Amino acid sequence: MTTRRENHEGSMSTATPTRVPHSGVPTGHTPAEDRVGAGLFDPGQLLRSLPDAFRKLDPRVMVKSPVMFVVLVGSVLTTAFSFTDPGDWFGWAISAWLWLTVIFANLAEAVAEGRGKAQADTLRKAKTDTVARRLLAGGAEERVPGTRLTIGDLVVCEAGDVIPGDGDVVEGVASVDESAITGESAPVIRESGGDRSAVTGGTKVLSDRIVIRITTKPGETFIDRMINLVEGAARQKTPNEIALNILLASLTIAFLLACATLPPFADYAGTRLTMVVLVALLVCLIPTTIGALLSAIGIAGMDRLVQRNVLAMSGRAVEAAGDVSTLLLDKTGTITLGNRQAAEFVPVRGTTEAEVADAAQLSSLADETPEGRSVVVLAKEAYGLRERHQGELVGAEWIGFTAQTRMSGVDVGERKIRKGAAGSVIAWVRERGGTVAEDADGIAHRISEAGGTPLLVAVQDGKGARVLGVIHLKDVVKEGMRERFDELRRMGIKTVMITGDNPLTAKAIAEEAGVDDFLAEATPEDKMALIKREQAGGKLVAMTGDGTNDAPALAQADVGVAMNTGTSAAKEAGNMVDLDSNPTKLIEIVEIGKQLLITRGALTTFSIANDVAKYFAIIPALFAAVYPGLDKLNIMQLSSPDSAILSAVIFNALIIIALVPLALRGVRYRPLSADRMLRRNLGIYGLGGLIAPFIGIKIIDLLISLIPGIG
Amino acid sequence: MSPVLAGVLQLLALMGALALAYVPLGTYMARVYSSDKHLRVERWIYKGIGANPDTEMRWTAYLRGVLAFSAAGVLFLYLLQRMQGGLPGSLGFSSIEPAQAFDTAASFVTNTNWQSYAGEQAMGHAVQTAGLAVQNFVSAAVGIAVAVALVRGFARSRTGELGNFWADLVRGTVRVLVPIAAVAAVVLVACGALQNFSGIHEVGQFMGGSQQWNGGAVASQEAIKELGTNGGGYFNANSAHPFENPTPFTNLFEFFLILVIPLALTRAFGVMVGSVKQGYAILATMVTIWVGFVALLMWTEFAHHGPALQAAGGAMEGKETRFGVGASALFGVSTTLTSTGAVDSFHSSFTGLGGGITMLGMMLGEIAPGGVGSGLYGMLIMAIIAVFIAGLMVGRTPEYLGKKIGSREIKLAACYILVTPALVLIFTAASMALPTPPHSMLNSGAHGFSEVLYAFTSASNNNGSAFAGLNANTDWYNTTTGLAMLLGRFVPMVFVLALAGSLAGQRPVPATAGTLRTEKPLFTGLLVGAILIITGLTYFPALALGPLAEGLA
Repeated sequence: MTTRRENHEGSMSTATPTRVPHSGVPTGHTPAEDRVGAGLFDPGQLLRSLPDAFRKLDPRVMVKSPVMFVVLVGSVLTTAFSFTDPGDWFGWAISAWLWLTVIFANLAEAVAEGRGKAQADTLRKAKTDTVARRLLAGGAEERVPGTRLTIGDLVVCEAGDVIPGDGDVVEGVASVDESAITGESAPVIRESGGDRSAVTGGTKVLSDRIVIRITTKPGETFIDRMINLVEGAARQKTPNEIALNILLASLTIAFLLACATLPPFADYAGTRLTMVVLVALLVCLIPTTIGALLSAIGIAGMDRLVQRNVLAMSGRAVEAAGDVSTLLLDKTGTITLGNRQAAEFVPVRGTTEAEVADAAQLSSLADETPEGRSVVVLAKEAYGLRERHQGELVGAEWIGFTAQTRMSGVDVGERKIRKGAAGSVIAWVRERGGTVAEDADGIAHRISEAGGTPLLVAVQDGKGARVLGVIHLKDVVKEGMRERFDELRRMGIKTVMITGDNPLTAKAIAEEAGVDDFLAEATPEDKMALIKREQAGGKLVAMTGDGTNDAPALAQADVGVAMNTGTSAAKEAGNMVDLDSNPTKLIEIVEIGKQLLITRGALTTFSIANDVAKYFAIIPALFAAVYPGLDKLNIMQLSSPDSAILSAVIFNALIIIALVPLALRGVRYRPLSADRMLRRNLGIYGLGGLIAPFIGIKIIDLLISLIPGIG
Repeated sequence: MSPVLAGVLQLLALMGALALAYVPLGTYMARVYSSDKHLRVERWIYKGIGANPDTEMRWTAYLRGVLAFSAAGVLFLYLLQRMQGGLPGSLGFSSIEPAQAFDTAASFVTNTNWQSYAGEQAMGHAVQTAGLAVQNFVSAAVGIAVAVALVRGFARSRTGELGNFWADLVRGTVRVLVPIAAVAAVVLVACGALQNFSGIHEVGQFMGGSQQWNGGAVASQEAIKELGTNGGGYFNANSAHPFENPTPFTNLFEFFLILVIPLALTRAFGVMVGSVKQGYAILATMVTIWVGFVALLMWTEFAHHGPALQAAGGAMEGKETRFGVGASALFGVSTTLTSTGAVDSFHSSFTGLGGGITMLGMMLGEIAPGGVGSGLYGMLIMAIIAVFIAGLMVGRTPEYLGKKIGSREIKLAACYILVTPALVLIFTAASMALPTPPHSMLNSGAHGFSEVLYAFTSASNNNGSAFAGLNANTDWYNTTTGLAMLLGRFVPMVFVLALAGSLAGQRPVPATAGTLRTEKPLFTGLLVGAILIITGLTYFPALALGPLAEGLA
C-alpha cells in the first residue's frame, strides 16, 4: 500500500514553528496599533502639526500642488491689494481666509506625515550606530563602526549583539529579537542555509553565535528604507495621482480662464470687479478640496499599510494592489491552517473506532508535531478519551516522532503501539510478522482522494502485529475563507490556490475553500508561467512568497508580498514586505489599494460638485447690482453680496479641515461590485457634494450677518 | 392643433425616423470603415492623388494627412474666392476681400460654415458649387475619419496603427456622404427646393419695390449642408429661405439629415469596438441631453409672457411662420448641439434664456450628438474624463473599453477640453476689451454681449450659426473668427489622434465584476452630469452676463 505523498512526514518535520516559543498562527492583531496611535484621528494632531503647515508655505514646496499654488498666489495678491485699501474689512477678511485655505491644505499633509514620524522615531532608536565585529581573512576579528561595512563583509554576532546590517547567516543558528521592526516580541530562529537565513540590521541576537554576510550598503538597509517610507521622504507620486493632478491642473486652468476673462465682460456690463473678488471667485471654483487633500490621502494610504505591518516599497505597488484581478494564494498558511489536523479515525474490519482512537492517542502522546497533537485533541473531543500524560503509564517507553522513522508510539510492556506514515507502519508490521488488513489500503486511498493524508495505526501485542485503522489527517480550511473568496469574486478578483499537493488533493481543498482555480504540484516555474499567462491577458497579479525560489515570481508579479521571515532574495524581489509574515494579508492589501483610489475619486467628485452652489452664491453677488434679474439666482437668499462671497470662501476653507479625517481614514470600503460601489459613492459624494455647500454657505452667511456692521 | 402639440408631434416623428435609420446606417458605416475592399471609383481617386490606401498609419502620419489635406483645402478655397471676378459663372460678383476670403475658407474647411457674407450677394456659382459645396463633403469626411481613427484606437491593441487617412476620407465621401446626399437632394427638389444654374432675376415685391435673386445648385448643397453638419446656407437667410427649405416637411427632413449621421456613428462605434451596448450608452447620453435641450427651448419659447407673444402662441419674432415655434426650437437645438449652424429662425430673436440654451448647446462642445465625427470623438473624450473620476470611485485604475486611462490619456483629454473654452473666452474678452470690436454689436446691454459671445462660441466650436445682429464682416471678426475656427478644429484633432495612438498601443484589460460598467444607465447619468458640470460651469460667468442677465430680467 502506498500513499501519494511519500514525504508528508518530511513536511511535518520542517513545520517547526518559526517563532520560538510557538505563538500560533499570526492573527489579525497588528502590533503596530500598540506602537503608533493608529486608526483614529486625533484632533490634537492638528495643533501639533501647525508649525509644519507653516513651513510648507515655501513656494518651492507649494508649486508641486498646482491647485494650492494658485491659492497661494491668490492669497499674496489679495493681501497686497488690501494694503492699498487698508480700510476695507472685506479685502482683509477674504485674504485671511485664503491664507487659511492654504494653511489647512498644508496642515492636512503635515498631519498625515506626522503619523509616520512616531514610527520612524522608534525605528531610528533601533538604528543606533552599532559596532560590528568584522571577520578578517585569517579568522581574526576587528571592530569597525556599522556604517563602514561594505557588501560581502563577514561579521560575527553573539548573544546580546545588535546585528549591524542586512545580510544572510552563513554560519550557525541563533534566535533573534526582531521586535524593533515587526513589533512582535517573540524571537525568531535564523539559521544558515535555507529559507530562514535573512537577518535585518538593527535586530538583536538573543542566543548563540552566527556569522553574517552583509548584503546591503549602509544607508540602504531595510530599516533605512522603512524610515524613509514611513516618513514619506521616499514618497513619489503614483501613476493615478499624477493623472489626477493633471486633470485638476486642467480644471484650474479652465477656471483661471473663466475668471481672467471676466473683467472686460463686467466692465461692459457697467461694474468693476476688484482683484479681491476675482481671486475669491477663482479659489472657490478651482478644485481646492481635492487639491488640498490629495497628498494627505496618498500618505495616509501608505500609513494604513504600515499600521498593518506591511511595508510597500513604492506607492505604485499600493495602487497596483487596487487593480489586481488575480490573487495567487499559497495553500498552506493562507487558505488552510499551517498544519493538517486529524479529522476522523477509520477502523479496519474487525476493529472498533474506539480501539483505533485509544491506540492513536497513546501513540501520539510523544509526538510533538502539530499533527500529533491534533490526534490527541480529536481523541478527546470526539471519543471522550481523556488526554493521558506520559507519566501515567508506568514503565512505558515513549518513542517520539523523527523524520527518519516517520513514526511515533509507545511500548508498554509487551504492547507496542505505532502510528505514522503508511509506508513506515506497514514495514514495521511486516518486520514483526504481522499482517496488514486488506481494507486498510482502500481506506487510505479513499482518504487521499478526498484531499486528506492517511496515517496508519498499528499494534503488536499477544495477538501479533496488525494494523488497527487509519487516521484521516485533513487540511483545515481557515474559518471565513469561503466568505472572503466570495467577496473577492464580487469585487472581480479571481483567486488561484498554489499548492505542492497532487491535483486530486488540491481539487478537494480548492472546492472546500471556494477558490476559483488551483495550481497543483506547483513548481516555481509553474508559478512564473501562470503569472505571465495572466499578465498576457491584461490582468494584474498579486502573490505572496518567502523562499528564494519564489523570488523570480515575486519580481514578475505586479504586487509581490514577501514574508519578513523569508529570504533576503525574496524580500528584494517583492515590492512589499509583510512584517507579520501572514499571507492572508494580501486580501487586506488589495482592499487598502482600492480604498486609496476610491478616496481620491470620491473627494474629486465632491470637490467638483461643490462648484454649482458656489456659483449660485457668488455670481448674483457680483452682478445683481447691474442686472437685477440675476438676483433670482440667489436661491440661498444670502444676506449681502460681501457676505455671500465671504461665506463661499469660508466654506471652501472649512470643508478642507472637515474632510481631513476622511482623507486620512479613507472612504469606507466594502467589497461590492463596481456598479453598486459607484452608485453608493456617487450618491454620497456626488449628490452630497451638490447639496452640502448650499447648506454650509447658508449657515455661514447667517452667522456672518449676525456680526454688527457687516450683515 | 395647438403649436405645442405640433412641436411635440414633430419631435416624435423625427425620433421615429432616426430610430429606423440608426441600425442600418450605423452598421453600414462600421462596415465601410472596416472593409478592405476598394470600389473602382475609389481606386481612380487613390491613383489620382497618389495615395496608397492599404498602408497603415500611426497617429502622426494620420494627423499629417488631415492637416495637409485641410491646408490645401483652405488655400484652394481662398484662391478661388480671390479670383472669383475672373471666373465663369460668377454672376458678376467681384472677388472677395482677403480677410473675408480667409474667414470663409477657414470656415468651410473646418466644417464650421460661419458666413460673414450673404450668399446671394457675394458668391457666384463657381465658388458655391466648386468650392463651398466640395468642402461641405470633404470637411465632413475628415471629421468622420478622425472619429473612426479614435474608435480604432479603442478597438485595436498593441499596435500604434490607426488605419489610412486617405482611405477613410475617400470612403466616407464616396460610400456614405455622396449617396445619401444625392437621395436627399432629389427629395428636396421634389419638395420645391431650387436646383439650376440660372442667373440673377429681378422680381417685383408684393409691397412694391423690387428684389433680386439668383438660382444655383441649392438643393444639392442644402442636402450635404445638413447631412455633413456644415450649415453654410446658399442664401443669407439659410434654412429660413424658401428656396433652401420650402415646406414644413423639408424642415423636418432637414433635422433628420442633421442628426442621422452623428447618431448612427454611435452604432458604428459600438460595432467596431465589439459591443453595441457601449454604443447605446453613448447614444443615450446624446439623446438625453438633446431631448432635455429641446424641452427647455420649447418651454422658454412657448412660455414667454406678454400679450403679443400669447396671441401668436409663443415668441414668434425671428421665426418663420411656416414652421412655428416648436419646429424652430427643434431646429435651434439640433443645429447648435451638432456642429451644423444652419438656422431656420434667428437665435438672436429667441427669448433671452432661449438664446442662452442655443449657446450652451455649443459650449458643451457640440457632442449631443455633435458634428459628423467631431460629436463622437468629443463625447468619447468626455466619457474618458467621466470614467477617470468614476473609475477611481470603484477602486481601480480607470479604464474605458478595456483601455487604461493613465496620465498620458488624461493629459490629452484635458488638453482637448481646454481648447475651445480658451478660444471662446479669450477672443470674446479681447473683443470686449478693445475699443473698436464692440461697435459691431447691433444691440446694447446684455443682448449685445450675447452677440459677441455667440459669435466666438459658434466659431471656436465649429458650429457656424450666427446669433444675428453682429456685423462680423470686419477685419477683426473675420480674422479672429477664422483663427478660432482653425484652432478650434485642428488643435483638438491633434489631441484626439494622439490619444487614439496611445490607446491603440495598449494591451487591453479584461473586464471583471470590479470593472466600471460603461454600458449601464448609471454611467450615462454620470456622463451627462460630468458634461454639464465640467464644461458647462466654465462658461457660467459669461452666460450670466449675457443670456441669463437678459432672460431673468
